[in-house]
Amino acid sequence: MSDSATAPDLRNEAVALGLTIPEYELICSKIGRPPNGLELAVFSLMWSEHCAYKHSKKLLGQLPTEGPYLLMGPGENAGAVDIGDGLAIAFKVESHNHPSAVEPFQGAATGVGGIMRDIFAVGARPIAVLDSLRFGELDSQRSRYLLDGAVSGIGHYGNSIGVGTVGGEVYFEGPYEQNCLVNAMCLGIAPHDRLTRSAAAGVGNHLVLMGARTGRDGIGGASVLASAELDTDDADKRPTVQIGDPFEEKKVMEACLELLDRELLASLQDLGAAGLSSSSSEMASKGEVGLDIDVSKVPLREADMEPFEVMVSESQERMLAVVEPAQLAAVQDVCERWEVRCTVIGEVTDTRHLRVFDGDELVGDMPVDALVDDCPLYDLAPAEPESQIYPAPKRTLSSDDPKEILLALLGSSNLSSRRPLFEQYDCMVQSRTVRRPEATDAAVLQLAHDTGGTAAIAVSIDGNGRRVACDPYWGTVEAVLECASNLACVGAEPLGLTNCLNFGNPEKPHIAWQLSRSVEGMSDALRQLGVPVVGGNVSLYNQSGDGPIYPTPVVGMVGKLPDASRAGQLGFAEDGHTIAMVGTSRPSLAGSELAKLRGEELPTSLEPIDVAKVRAHQEVVREAVRSGEVASAHDIAEGGLLVAIAEACLAGDIGATIDFDTLAGGAPTPGYAEIEPYLFGEAVGGFVVSGTREAIDRLAERIPIDVLGTVGGHALTVGGSGNGVSWELAELERACAALAEAFV
Amino acid sequence: MKFGVIRFPGSCDEVDALLACERHGEAEILWHGDRDLKGVDAVVVPGGFSYGDYLRVGAIAQFSPVMEAVAEFARDGGPVLGICNGFQVLCEAGLLPGALLPNTELRFICRQVDVEVVNADTPFTDACEVGQALSIPVKHTTGRYYAPDDQLAIMEAGGQVVFRYAEDHNPNGSANGIAGVCSPERNVVGLMPHPEHAVDPLTGSADGNCLFASMAASTDRAAA
Repeated sequence: MSDSATAPDLRNEAVALGLTIPEYELICSKIGRPPNGLELAVFSLMWSEHCAYKHSKKLLGQLPTEGPYLLMGPGENAGAVDIGDGLAIAFKVESHNHPSAVEPFQGAATGVGGIMRDIFAVGARPIAVLDSLRFGELDSQRSRYLLDGAVSGIGHYGNSIGVGTVGGEVYFEGPYEQNCLVNAMCLGIAPHDRLTRSAAAGVGNHLVLMGARTGRDGIGGASVLASAELDTDDADKRPTVQIGDPFEEKKVMEACLELLDRELLASLQDLGAAGLSSSSSEMASKGEVGLDIDVSKVPLREADMEPFEVMVSESQERMLAVVEPAQLAAVQDVCERWEVRCTVIGEVTDTRHLRVFDGDELVGDMPVDALVDDCPLYDLAPAEPESQIYPAPKRTLSSDDPKEILLALLGSSNLSSRRPLFEQYDCMVQSRTVRRPEATDAAVLQLAHDTGGTAAIAVSIDGNGRRVACDPYWGTVEAVLECASNLACVGAEPLGLTNCLNFGNPEKPHIAWQLSRSVEGMSDALRQLGVPVVGGNVSLYNQSGDGPIYPTPVVGMVGKLPDASRAGQLGFAEDGHTIAMVGTSRPSLAGSELAKLRGEELPTSLEPIDVAKVRAHQEVVREAVRSGEVASAHDIAEGGLLVAIAEACLAGDIGATIDFDTLAGGAPTPGYAEIEPYLFGEAVGGFVVSGTREAIDRLAERIPIDVLGTVGGHALTVGGSGNGVSWELAELERACAALAEAFV
Repeated sequence: MKFGVIRFPGSCDEVDALLACERHGEAEILWHGDRDLKGVDAVVVPGGFSYGDYLRVGAIAQFSPVMEAVAEFARDGGPVLGICNGFQVLCEAGLLPGALLPNTELRFICRQVDVEVVNADTPFTDACEVGQALSIPVKHTTGRYYAPDDQLAIMEAGGQVVFRYAEDHNPNGSANGIAGVCSPERNVVGLMPHPEHAVDPLTGSADGNCLFASMAASTDRAAA
């Protein structure tokens, strides 16, 4: 240990590690002396935005975290909800944006690996992954490189470990050019009594490190990458990106689940950002104990690593467990059987300090409270900008002809078929997937092998950044409602939500305003839906010289339905069925996909939404799907009504005939100009459903609907009094296949 | 009858295979480190990424203790079915001819395809019809079947081509559209498509059942 009298002042190093001078001075006062190099490295990570949420913690407190199905809320590695039959679903979404911008394949792969560890750390077997991706426009070489790398990386990790990627979303917008977003969500299943918390307990118990050796990869990742703006020249940050090994993780996962099944562990925690430093101090903090760690016992990949490097390394596929001495031999047996490394590296103490030893030498001594609880929290200074801060998108469509507009929308990067992506992912392993991607708005996973019953869960992930850029409050309300609408379309009731808040630099007033308004919108929408937040993640500083990303709150919602065999589908089902629109949305072209193609400026507000009414519509659609009354249901989202109808035709491989005249509020023989906002405008809360005429009539008794037309034929025909237009299904399909070209 | 499904480190579809087998008989997992096949009547080598597939797909698994026992079981005429990674393992172990190379597009492909039954005279196809089209998914990066031309000619003539992708359904550039093959004695069958993921209409298709039903029926016949 450095003697405090002679300890060098490390304030310049502190600044280089991302701390401020007042933060450095606070650390000195908390430990009663200047920190040595190791301690400073650990503090800089623990007090980074990524670990301490110092700019967002106060805001996040307003989100609802109570609900009838909630079993485990924010604060654990993942939250969990009750799905009946003594089973729980644990789930969480997390970002790996900055690593993916530096090295997309490994960045995305380790994002998937990291979120899976969060899930099995709480004792749940991972059963599905979804991902939410944002890149710059596809005409940029960099965006194509990042897209290809990220998709390959997600597939590489998820496919190899035997967890299906069952859904997700991707958008391409200019503001993500320098700062792509890679958010990964994982769901796991567990019996209630296997749900595990991470609090360390039992003075004298062993601290056991399991899994991969520790190397120099990812050193300082949390502070260097996740908590500062990226510059265009990021090649020198590449050593801070971790390298993933899904085979190692698969073995570690199987070993951990068996250890928890046999009740051999007192607690379990994954090693993520800030490695051993954060996992150990968080376990100690939750358990109100201290921990002694001997870095000389940690199995290393490179022999000459410094103690501080061992403490901050972000090497992947490692877990930290607390084990009672009497159980150690049994733990070692299980690990040996799964060929997983398992090493005692320390013990639980009553000191409330994290003490780091290198053999016999004490090389670091930090109060746990100072590391975990004493990072200063900052108030945001939000200020609404006077005008729209994002430039208008580039104009790519000049036509006013509805025939060309629909083809352009279906062929646009944001709306075209995602098949070229999801075909690179295993969506069926574990035999749960009853609805594959693009068959429904939400993935549906059966539980028959777990419960013997018919129940299923559904999951969807959403977040349209451009809409939030138009209006952070109502744009975020839309994201939450769209997620719930997706669940309604398969017949599922929402149980809980996880979020990942991707924003720019919160120290800038207009970003602080976006963040505050967005969290308010999410909070209000969730309260009105009665859905709690079970956990999540914040990714700030997604900003470069070209400006901030679109504010992008990504929400993932998990729901439940009673009968997997009655899960809804989005495609039209049968010749002669009646098509109707449910929900009296007021679609507007402002901020729509069509406005984007036309290069229009983003508006500075969106239409307010009657959330209670949307919720009521969702409930009616949900019941109509569950009862089998409607044969198809699809929520009207990006691109508007006609895109939704075209998607229902393509998914069902059957045409439709739509009558204009019922639209535009029943105006007599409307012209195309009056109709355009109804065909291509956007607003949340609308659904396209189909079914027998009698079923649609019965639905109309419960909810306002507009009958639009009839299913049948091999073309989509939209006709009214005197003006009609028609598309062959093959023509729509060709337009929709546009994204394939990005993977050639 | 009883199926045994092998679990290597890195196997992913062994539980799916177990569930599919249990629809047609008893089934249990066989651990890679054990030489004991526990008296099973048929062995399924499942899909996944055995040992991470870091060297060459299927190359390490052949050296595991259980595979020594499987090779002996196969030499004695025992029925063995390799699915995807299991097919790759059986080729590497020399129990099946040919090799699996990276897909022509060099990407992982997960897709429902139509597969035609070419030979209905194996323990895993004798409940199928020749020419019957089965809707079964593929999901792999390394599934392009390859054998030298002269060997392909011998296999085609000798009934060793068991499954062929339907026209326009070959997802990976396999020679002669080959999706699955058998040993000269026909008791060892391997295929890239996943019949264990096609045993329930709810999850996409039930056409894969005929492979497991064939196996169960032929064992029951032998016992009768």
